[in-house]
Amino acid sequence: MIEVRNLHKSYGVLEAVDGVDLSIERGEIFAILGPNGAGKTTTVEILEGFRTRNSGEVQVLDFDPQFKGKGARDFRDRIGIVLQSTSDAGDLTVYETIAHFAGYYSDPRDPNEVVEAVGLSEKKDALIHTLSGGQRRRLDVGLGIVGNPELLFLDEPTTGFDPEARRDFWELIRGLRDLGTTIVLTTHYLEEAEALADRVAVINRGKILQIASPANLGDRATSLARVQWEAEGKMQEQFSNEPTAVIAKLMKEFTGEIPKLAVSRATLEDVYLEMIGVEQTK
Amino acid sequence: MKSLPNTWTMGWRRGKIEIRQFSRQRESVVFTTLFPVILMAIFGSVFTGEIAHGVKFSQYFLAGMIASGLVNSGFQQLAINIPMERDDGSLKRLRGTPIPATSYFIGKTILVLASITVQVAFLLLGGVLFFSINLPTSAHKWLIFALIMFLGIGGSTALGVAFSNVPKSGRGASAVVIPVVIIMQFFSGVFFVFTQLPHWMQQFASVFPLKWLCQGIRSVFLPDAFAQSEVTHSWETGRTLLVLTAWLILGLVISIRTFKWNRE
Repeated sequence: MIEVRNLHKSYGVLEAVDGVDLSIERGEIFAILGPNGAGKTTTVEILEGFRTRNSGEVQVLDFDPQFKGKGARDFRDRIGIVLQSTSDAGDLTVYETIAHFAGYYSDPRDPNEVVEAVGLSEKKDALIHTLSGGQRRRLDVGLGIVGNPELLFLDEPTTGFDPEARRDFWELIRGLRDLGTTIVLTTHYLEEAEALADRVAVINRGKILQIASPANLGDRATSLARVQWEAEGKMQEQFSNEPTAVIAKLMKEFTGEIPKLAVSRATLEDVYLEMIGVEQTK
Repeated sequence: MKSLPNTWTMGWRRGKIEIRQFSRQRESVVFTTLFPVILMAIFGSVFTGEIAHGVKFSQYFLAGMIASGLVNSGFQQLAINIPMERDDGSLKRLRGTPIPATSYFIGKTILVLASITVQVAFLLLGGVLFFSINLPTSAHKWLIFALIMFLGIGGSTALGVAFSNVPKSGRGASAVVIPVVIIMQFFSGVFFVFTQLPHWMQQFASVFPLKWLCQGIRSVFLPDAFAQSEVTHSWETGRTLLVLTAWLILGLVISIRTFKWNRE
């Protein structure tokens, strides 16, 4: 669905994207994860056709997005784009805006269904400038999907959301995937990548550090477990690939409860910070 | 497989949504529709005499007010609003959909057409009711008026889109655009009798379309005898239409060549 080879984009001396390779399959949720300024938005905007590249090959739906001719309109008919932040068209209602955007596409969804799908039924006739940040973002998604896209780009969709709104939003995105939409999203929230993505690309300083499923990122799946407990008034810890054996041994040392016992494995955050950290000290 | 709606259909839809959006900004609506009438009321009260035999000041300034409305609702409005739309992301959002730039321009033109029509209607109505303005009676004059308005609306819109690339940001746009508009109005005889302006000012203004718009509209609303009081003692209708057409084409070429959806 998306094939990127050795993509380069620089602004002056800054290599915003420095040799990125990607291959995104139909029907998956693919997350591009990285700190601010890592090159996420630049990469995605090249895929969307907003920016031109310096070198490399890009095919999105078998089309080169920087091509400007007649094919470009047909290309944009097949994709949906949710940009980073917008504050436009405050004087129209939710329904008016969605219905109007439906008129740009060859085979749009029913605007009422879209309003329903993004959970804005109660706000259908509200003016956009009266919406909360989360509701506005839902409208952005509504405008992104009204054209019935095969491929949906979401650029940092939940920045500024409260936790509950974020969870609702994730449900919405999973629902779209279940309907067959391929989704490419950028985020700097680890939980978001973990909760949503089938595969994650970690990017920093314009380079892809790793592409893997959230569970396999870093050496997470094979990393040692950490067992922690309290002894002689101090926290103790031991790393092991056989934590059960460690606990069995501890059970013999303590009578009854082992004080403050905890067993954990590296979180995505641990893995991620290590990847970014290693990269930054190089 | 279904095909995309054509450029004109999308342009018409843009026009309708632009009008709806505009009509909800109540202050703008009241201001743009009533401003020319208010100006007319001020000029009509200050200058009560006759400018030539049988021609009242208010009759003379009517042309200026209509031309001023054309510049304000077209050129000024677009040259300020398009940079703002570029900044707030609305243009970028449109650029991500299959809509062609032409449809966007058509939408803007429809908006300008609608607001000018309302403005002129108010101006003529107010003029007739309160300032005893005389309206032309011959079909020929109304035809010229329609032609000039057509070229004026098209030109004002196209030049507004073209000029929208000049301001570097939406916030700074009015500071760049409004002085240009005000100076052009002073030089072109919107607020003064054109022939009383200094010679160099007249010559400067003759390069630009606003002077010709005013003169063309005067030829519709003033008696033919008044043509004697113009610079060349004639309405120069042919030349007027020619200059306005040239500016319309120039505006179109510049807007098509330089229009940018977003700042990369």
